[in-house]
Amino acid sequence: MNTPLDRVLVKAKSENRAALIAYIPAGFPSIEGCKRVIKVLADSGVDALEIGFPYSDPVMDGPTIQEAADISLRAGTGAAEVFETVKFAHEAGLPTVVMTYWNPIEKFGVEAFAKEMARNGGSGVITPDLTIEESREWKSATTSAGINTIFVVAPSTAEKRLGDVTAQCSGFVYAASLMGVTGARTTISSGAKDLVARIRTTTQTPVAVGLGVSTREQAKDVAGFADGVIVGSAFIKILLNAGDEETGLKEVSELARELALGVREGR
Amino acid sequence: MSTDEIPDQIGHFGPYGGRFVPEALIGALEELDLAHQSALADPLFQAELAHLHATYTGRPSILTEAKRFAEHAGGARILLKREDLNHTGSHKINNVLGQALLTKRMGKKRIIAETGAGQHGVASATAAALFGLECVVYMGEEDTRRQSLNVARMKILGAEVIPVTAGSRTLKDAINEAMRDWVTNVDTTHYLLGTVAGPHPFPTMVRDFHKIIGEEAKRQVLELVGRLPDAVLACIGGGSNAIGIFHDFIPDTQVRLIGFEAGGDGVETGRHAATITGGSPGVLHGTRSYVLQDANGQTIESHSISAGLDYPGVGPEHAYLHDIGRAEYRAITDAQAMEAFDLLSKTEGIIPAIESAHALAGAMIVGKELGPDAILLINLSGRGDKDVETAAHYFGIPL
Ligand SMILES: Cc1ncc(COP(=O)(O)O)c(C=O)c1O
Repeated sequence: MNTPLDRVLVKAKSENRAALIAYIPAGFPSIEGCKRVIKVLADSGVDALEIGFPYSDPVMDGPTIQEAADISLRAGTGAAEVFETVKFAHEAGLPTVVMTYWNPIEKFGVEAFAKEMARNGGSGVITPDLTIEESREWKSATTSAGINTIFVVAPSTAEKRLGDVTAQCSGFVYAASLMGVTGARTTISSGAKDLVARIRTTTQTPVAVGLGVSTREQAKDVAGFADGVIVGSAFIKILLNAGDEETGLKEVSELARELALGVREGR
Repeated sequence: MSTDEIPDQIGHFGPYGGRFVPEALIGALEELDLAHQSALADPLFQAELAHLHATYTGRPSILTEAKRFAEHAGGARILLKREDLNHTGSHKINNVLGQALLTKRMGKKRIIAETGAGQHGVASATAAALFGLECVVYMGEEDTRRQSLNVARMKILGAEVIPVTAGSRTLKDAINEAMRDWVTNVDTTHYLLGTVAGPHPFPTMVRDFHKIIGEEAKRQVLELVGRLPDAVLACIGGGSNAIGIFHDFIPDTQVRLIGFEAGGDGVETGRHAATITGGSPGVLHGTRSYVLQDANGQTIESHSISAGLDYPGVGPEHAYLHDIGRAEYRAITDAQAMEAFDLLSKTEGIIPAIESAHALAGAMIVGKELGPDAILLINLSGRGDKDVETAAHYFGIPL
């Protein structure tokens, strides 16, 4: 497979740095506003984008992303809007993956979802609640469509299971930095570094770390041992708290530029 | 029919069940599955649970024939399996004591639980008090209001009750919050799930702790009437009391198994919790089953007068029993359930839980269909003390 995501990770590696991957739910802060955020991210040093498919029962997400998903769902975001956003991000030059709980894929149709991702220029899909045991149909659909499958591994993933999960990953392996839900944390747990080291004994696939990263300092730390640094809640918090969209976009741009420096300072 | 290979090793009931959870929980689910398997094979564990049931729960629960109520059910013989007489007032204690013993076996010190009607929360708080465990119960804010008596009971028992203000503020949102707690604290905490839903091994394990209901009832019915019942009836929230009374009868194919879902204002209005009757296959809370969902796979909020049935999902084994035609599922409206609630109270001197009243309303219908020669076994899953306020409002009784 050779998706735009694969290529941007190779490029970052050749520059001896980590890639900066930003997360934003489709339809947040509004369906059009999301596109403006994406444009800003693309212009502020972000290497790749995760677009969230907002879901009614996001058990992996903390209060910040829950609130954003609620806003997006109330605005009427569904599969059509998610794919439209993927297309927009792709055309803005950002390698793009969708992060979604499993049921929206199953409802859309497993094969159809993979095809529609590819048709809109998407590089792959992160499926945080799809276990490898349940993934056979998905693997075959994504292989035919030529898109990456990104599974999440956790600090608690047992040694004997780790290789089985990472073997199913392409694009990158998503390493959850801690045991918990999404949300900005003041410190990145030391478990992240150990987990990445354990993952590397099982696979050559790049490893990106998510959950809790919100500052340049943290991005720098994580870039010291990972191939990708994923930041979500920090951007969303800015947009939730901003008095108006213009201020929000300006602050998102500032944070993205800081983080982009961080991922270049780690090594 | 053989049910030996159902579920398979990873909890599939045909296309249903399985595990759809964050990888962070896999270790804990495997640990739980192993603990459950080893407990099943451990005579000491089984003896400890049996002793608790005999000296604490009050098992076996009795069978009561409801003769005056039967006059409103086509004259069929109505046999009530009295889970309402268990300690804490419902069937929920069967599963809770089993899982509390497993919690001890796994060396964990903290349990979390979700609750709708509060019955599972009360049972969990009770077991936590008995075994000296820390207990946190997540409950939708809407449910803390309509089941306020049970909130007080949980607090008296020493549990912390956390009202959940997300989403529909009912059972589904309480489960979301409990799952988030579990992902974060899984090292020290057991999630004591209260029904036959969720990721493997919960549907199988919770069933195993409840199947005693059907095993006892079968013996009791045979003793009383000398033959198997024509139909076994139960209400369906997540489906634990129903699977508990159904399970031992699954091989007896001449016995009809009928589950009654919460029809709310009527399935045709869209305001209901009849997941099998009005939903479609999908994934919710870690398992594939029937789900109330929209075209994008978003969960649709359920509606029922009964907090314990107000859930847009259902256990995967019920989805399977439905699809293979072994069990039937029908919807009972709020109004039908409240009529049966009133009737059982006035004809038998038994105030049922509103949840259980759905099965009683079902008996009134099925009894008329089958006529006076029929014998119906009904799971009276809980007592109605917790529902007195709701019923008083419903019937206009001043408080
Ligand atoms: C008395 C009673 N019956 C039934 C239920 C529904 O649950 P289940 O379908 O798992 O038996 C509840 C749930 O709170 C309950 O309290």
